Parts: sequence; C-alpha cells; structure tokens
Amino acid sequence: MTPADFEFLQGLIRDRSAIVLETGKEYLLEARLEPLCRQKEIEDIPTLVRQLKTQARSPLEEAVVEAMTTNETSFFRDQHPFRVLKDNVLPEMMKRRDSLKSIRIWCAAASSGQESYSIGMTVKKDLPALEGWNVKILGTDISKNILERAQSGIYSQLEVNRGLPIPYLMKFFKQDGKTWVINDEVRRLTEFKFMNLIGTWPPLMKQDIIFIRNVLIYFDMETKKKIFERIREVLAPDGYLFLGGSESTFGIDDNFQRVEFDAGACYQLKEDS
Amino acid sequence: MRALIVDDARTIRMILGKMLRELGFECEEAGDGQEAWETLQKGSEFDIALVDWNMPVMDGFALVQTVRADASYNDMKIMMVTTESEMANVVKAIEAGANEYVMKPFTKDVILEKLKILGID
Ligand SMILES: C[S@@+](CC[C@H](N)C(=O)[O-])C[C@H]1O[C@@H](n2cnc3c(N)ncnc32)[C@H](O)[C@@H]1O
Ligand SMILES: [Mg+2]
Repeated sequence: MTPADFEFLQGLIRDRSAIVLETGKEYLLEARLEPLCRQKEIEDIPTLVRQLKTQARSPLEEAVVEAMTTNETSFFRDQHPFRVLKDNVLPEMMKRRDSLKSIRIWCAAASSGQESYSIGMTVKKDLPALEGWNVKILGTDISKNILERAQSGIYSQLEVNRGLPIPYLMKFFKQDGKTWVINDEVRRLTEFKFMNLIGTWPPLMKQDIIFIRNVLIYFDMETKKKIFERIREVLAPDGYLFLGGSESTFGIDDNFQRVEFDAGACYQLKEDS
Repeated sequence: MRALIVDDARTIRMILGKMLRELGFECEEAGDGQEAWETLQKGSEFDIALVDWNMPVMDGFALVQTVRADASYNDMKIMMVTTESEMANVVKAIEAGANEYVMKPFTKDVILEKLKILGID
C-alpha cells in the first residue's frame, strides 16, 4: 500500500465513521481490507482505492467502513456496570417512573447485541417488579452486518461462555446444535437499528439510561465532545450514562458528574446543566 | 486464592494452571474425582475447584455430588470445565451444586470473566 493510498483510506474512514486510524496502523488496514477485496473479487488494495475514488457513498464504501469497525463485545462485559444497573440504577428509575411505568434504554454501539440482551436478561431475571412495565432497549450501530447478527440472537458456544453467568444461559437461551439462541421473552424488549454516531441522528425519545461503551475510544477529542453534547439532549435530566472501562467524560464535557455505587460508577447530568 | 484443578487430561491441567497462576492463584491438581476428593479430605482448603466431567474412577458429576453432600466444603466454589455441553447436563450439574459452567474449548478471557462472576478474582 502506498502512503497516498493509506492516507486516502484513513481520511475516508475518519470522515464516514470518526474512527481514527493512526499512521503506523497500515497492517491493521491490510488485515481488514484484504479479506474484503477477496470477497468482492477486487484484485488488491490499490485497485480498491481506485474504485472507491469513483464511487463516493457507495455500498463498497460502506463495506470498507464496516470492515474497519472493531465489534469485540461480550455478555455482561466487565460485569460491574450490569451490577450497578441491577442494584442501583434500575431500582432508582422504577421509583422515578412509577406513574409512567416506562423505561427507555439505548445501547449506542450495540455491536452483536450482547449488551442489549444482557440488559434485557437483567430486567427479566433480577427485577420481576418490572413485569407489566414498558421497557424498551434500543440498540444502534454503524455496521449493518453486525446489527443483523444482533437481531438474530444466535451465539456460538464461545460467546455464551464469555461473561454470561450460567443461570442466565439456562433461563434465556435455547440450544440449537452448537449454537445458542436468545428467547423471545428477552428479544421482545429489544430493537436494533442502523445509526452513525457522527451522522444525522434519527429522532430519539428521551432515554432514561444510555450505554455508550467502548466506542468513544476510537474517536478524537472533538468528536467525543460533539457526541457528549448530543447525548445531553437525548438523556433524560435524571437519566444515567454508562461508559466503557477506559472512557470518561472527565476533561471532555463537564456537564456530567460521576456517580459511584458499590459495584462501580456511571454518570449523570449535573443539576444545573 | 487457592484453586484445585481436576481433569484427567494433563494438558488441560497445565493450561488452566498456567492461567490461574498468572492471576496469582496457588494451584493443586488432581487427575480424577477420587484423587480430588482425597486431596480435599486431607484438609487442603480451596476457594474454587475447576472440575472436568468425563474422568476415570470418579467423574466430575459424582465429585460435585460428593463434595456438596459435605457441608464443610460449602464455601468452596465449583466450576465445571468440560466438553459436556448439552443443556440438560448443564442443568444437572448446577442442580447438583456446581456454581458455574464452562464449555470447552475456552479462552483465558472466558475463565477470567467466570471468576469475576463468582467473585474470586
Ligand atoms: C467494541 S464495540 C462495543 C460494543 C459494546 N458497546 C461493548 O461495550 O461491548 C464498538 C462498536 O461501535 C461501532 N461503531 C464504530 N463507529 C461507530 C459510529 N460512528 N457510529 C455508530 N457505531 C459505531 C462498531 O461498529 C462496533 O460494533
Ligand atoms: Mg476428561
């Protein structure tokens, strides 16, 4: 790959997804785009670049961006956010929304769905008092392929081994040969939709709880700032925000405050913001 | 933290032992359920036992039943680590008193996450 080709792809990916590919990550680009070339029967990366230059906003461009997303996820990733959700955030929200009996949750980088379904299982298994409530878990992502997987609710043995406490596997999954399928009781709570965090956001209802975990790490400071700004508009004034283990609002948006619970922390809007 | 690794395959004992020692665990090994039970009865205390299902002499399921019949081991967690992956068997092991269940093949992450779930990390 020539430096010019790398720069072109770097710019394209940043432009369309905000994902920052630092110089020196040529190997990553090759590792992700060579399989794509084979799949699309494109001779090599220089040929791919030539085609992209003549096809702005094409499915090919979309495929390149998708190939550069990192979809790594797991059920109950890091465990503690889901404990905070179960022990603190959902019980608190139930008090506050008692007259409406409605709670909206948004997973803003849903990947293959494990995060959404972990929330759904927590609701169904650990908060029986939510029975009869209108609980909606919206999952959005930039990758249409990964959203299809999320929607299918089908997971490999390795995926259900990873982070999923066994009582949840027993209660909410059906075994189908070597794969495991999430049941309808949980699936009914979820919905998956395409959404680019740096594109136009579809109209969103106020969300009571937002998970935007392990995606901001790929973006630069300015993009993070913009996204937090837009999140402030979507998050209910008394809502909760969950970030990934290495992410924080600190030094990026001081309208949020960190709230600590026994198992871990999340964020809320400051009262005067 | 102390772990008892019970598997008739030496390579699995080695892999698990290496993972756990890297996490700071002290490990002992047993090649079947009988050997594990004898180790336990000698009074060695463990925070967790990682137990294979299919083993000669005494299998993992029988070990779980034996251990759970004796209240003096109530504090020890049991995690099945086995190729046995039928839902019916998963349920059977949990009902017999296993606390967690890992289906082989596994990765280091899988073991690490399960330890977090059990609160021993
Ligand atoms: C590492 S996964 C995180 C999944 C999950 N939230 C978790 O913490 O396990 C990151 C996800 O962000 C998505 N993503 C990357 N850039 C995006 C963008 N601009 N808009 C929406 N989603 C994006 C990727 O497609 C990927 O599925
Ligand atoms: Mg065996």
